[in-house]
Amino acid sequence: MHQIDLPAQTGFDEMLDRDHSIRPHYKPFFDWLNAQTPAMLGQRRKEAELLFHRVGITFSVHGDESGNERLIPFDTIPRIIPAEEWQLLEAGLKQRVAALNAFLHDIYHHQHILKAGKIPAEQVLVNAQYRSAMCGLDLPHNLYAHIAGIDIIRHGDGNYYVLEDNLRVPSGVSYMLENRKMMMRLFPELFEKHAVAPVEHYPTLLLSTLRQSSYADNPTVVVMTPGHYNSAYFEHAFLAQQMGVELVEGRDLFVKDLKVYMRTTAGPKQVDVIYRRLDDLFIDPLVFQADSSLGVPGLIAAYRAGNVVLANAIGTGVADDKSIYPYVPDMIRFYLDEEPLLLNVPTWQCRNPSELSHVLANLDELVVKEVHGAGGYGMLIGPKASKAEIEHFRDLLKANPANYIAQPTLSLSTCPTFVEEGIAPRHIDLRPFVLSGNTVRIVPGGLARVALQKGSLVVNSSQGGGTKDAWILEA
Amino acid sequence: MMLSRTADHLYWMSRYLERAENLARLLDVSFSLSLLPQSQGARAEMRAPLVITETLDRFSARYPKITAEALLQFMALDRDNPASILSCIRHARENAHAVRGKITVEMWENINATWLEAKNFEANGIANVGDFFDWVKARSHVFRGIAYGTILRGDAYSFIRLGTFIERADNTARLLDVKASLIAQANKENPQDAQDYYAWSSLLRALSAYEAYVEMYREGVEMRSVTELLVLSPRLPRSLCACLDAICKIVAQIEGDNGRLVQREAHLLLNDLRFTEVDEILEHGLHEYLSECLVEINALGNTIDEAYLRVA
Repeated sequence: MHQIDLPAQTGFDEMLDRDHSIRPHYKPFFDWLNAQTPAMLGQRRKEAELLFHRVGITFSVHGDESGNERLIPFDTIPRIIPAEEWQLLEAGLKQRVAALNAFLHDIYHHQHILKAGKIPAEQVLVNAQYRSAMCGLDLPHNLYAHIAGIDIIRHGDGNYYVLEDNLRVPSGVSYMLENRKMMMRLFPELFEKHAVAPVEHYPTLLLSTLRQSSYADNPTVVVMTPGHYNSAYFEHAFLAQQMGVELVEGRDLFVKDLKVYMRTTAGPKQVDVIYRRLDDLFIDPLVFQADSSLGVPGLIAAYRAGNVVLANAIGTGVADDKSIYPYVPDMIRFYLDEEPLLLNVPTWQCRNPSELSHVLANLDELVVKEVHGAGGYGMLIGPKASKAEIEHFRDLLKANPANYIAQPTLSLSTCPTFVEEGIAPRHIDLRPFVLSGNTVRIVPGGLARVALQKGSLVVNSSQGGGTKDAWILEA
Repeated sequence: MMLSRTADHLYWMSRYLERAENLARLLDVSFSLSLLPQSQGARAEMRAPLVITETLDRFSARYPKITAEALLQFMALDRDNPASILSCIRHARENAHAVRGKITVEMWENINATWLEAKNFEANGIANVGDFFDWVKARSHVFRGIAYGTILRGDAYSFIRLGTFIERADNTARLLDVKASLIAQANKENPQDAQDYYAWSSLLRALSAYEAYVEMYREGVEMRSVTELLVLSPRLPRSLCACLDAICKIVAQIEGDNGRLVQREAHLLLNDLRFTEVDEILEHGLHEYLSECLVEINALGNTIDEAYLRVA
């Protein structure tokens, strides 16, 4: 019998109830686990590591001269989500992404939501992520965020909350697919015992979403990467291959007569849809950063002429900014006339003096984040921080309050995870991927990240997080 | 049809792997010859890899004299020597990495494993020189076999093979040129103590051509027949003629109209190799003839680059 512990205090564990009984949807897995010897499980974990290394599912570490690549640790205990919970998540995600797309269209056109006073205009219009190059530009189907990765956590109260919307170039979907492949290879018998909803068709859905984004007949789609030194390069190459389309870098493309072409061995070939995996500012040196060698001169002109689709659109970052996040429930009410299905984490905007003083008075209990921050950098986790760190953030907040938001410290739910001492509860989150084309589609699953350090709430791979397979059980 | 940059990476992936293999072949022979007793030409033999890879100056700047140990260190596992076997494998793997979506999973896993094992050699040293060279050759053979057995027939496969044969043609010409001048030099210095047999047969072994030679000529190993076999025989897979024949067939299959000049140059070179007699070459001077071949192979490489691979 494997020893499985609950988290300390009042946290929510995905496998264990408060009274230590196994939640029903984990019962078959738990029984299977107990029939396995630790030696066998250890051997399987080693096998997984070896396979991941051989396949090269690694990410390169910035500035590592020797060209070393790190593996993102993979944990073999899946995160299991019952069908009825997924149904709620799926409906909530579709609703949320529809509202975010409507918001993006609105702020680059008539700005109804600003005129209605739902969001202070300056928070949108002088936001560093607002791109005036997008003003008045009509996009096919009015779609901006074709691919969205929404980070969801479960709090100690058992409810799901949206932690963050990622609408620029969300990554991690390749891990969702590779983790599933690995689990099926290591433990095929588990998939006989469970009706796990398949995720393998994601690349097919992605390609059809990208093709639907263009009005061209039989559009040519490419994936655009900053290059193989990028930490997510594996994913870029993986998706291009899975979709059977070209993986291009900026230098492979050129613009002539407001049309985009790629250089091929048989001469220039026109490109209709670019699934771009680099940030706005690098994409066209004539419009954004002039010293960027990763982009394509003239691309934005071709884009504005309607001759090419960029997925995601330019300027989506203004909608996933942490200073805009608190308004998403209002957007849902405003554009869809619906009540939000998914909860937002209560958020204090430090730009407002009254909220700032509340935050400053409670720094030791709150999480403080930079509004444009990502990857788990530049944040303060009050309860885990030293006095000095708290005082440092107090100075930062006072100097530039508009740059920060604060939230209560959520107790991310835990899932049993293999660690050095055996199996222990570790905090997790989930990033499902939402595809918007003619319809909104979500493969049942997502990237499940796990904070491998005991007690840590930071799941980002750049901060030592690992991943798990996420199983959505079929009803 | 494929991206020019993709074609470029595929082409150089296989060129670098072929180069690593050829280097292992060359070093293997140099080492075994330098072990022969009373070998007057031992020193010269060990110079050959440096001359062929054009790294003699770089080597001399770092090592006082050419010893077997220094040569191995420099040519096998030296990261700072861009021509070392380790560097070639690294470049091959980096090119594969850049287009891993365009090669099969088996090809990628194989070339990645080769690189990881090469790093093990780098960390732990080479216990047995012969085993190491055999390992390099085997990895190259296995990769070629996997490519042959797994990848879709199309432009990707064409550019992979184009890289192999351009590199191989270049290597065969260089190897024959340098060996022939080494042997001529040795014969001039010690006319009574000719090492011809060992030198020529070692060259044949380096190119896996010894068995073919014996089967085709059944006579003592000598320059005229060796030249005929390595330059003009369409049946020997590493001969210049066979390489050019392969190149002509490959470029005919590449999609699009960009390759007319490539086809023209390759066919002119092939026709020359097909209809030249070995005595004409020897009359003209082997070194002169091979030098001209190298210039033309190099020019063909440039034309391929301009026609298909140039990105910006």
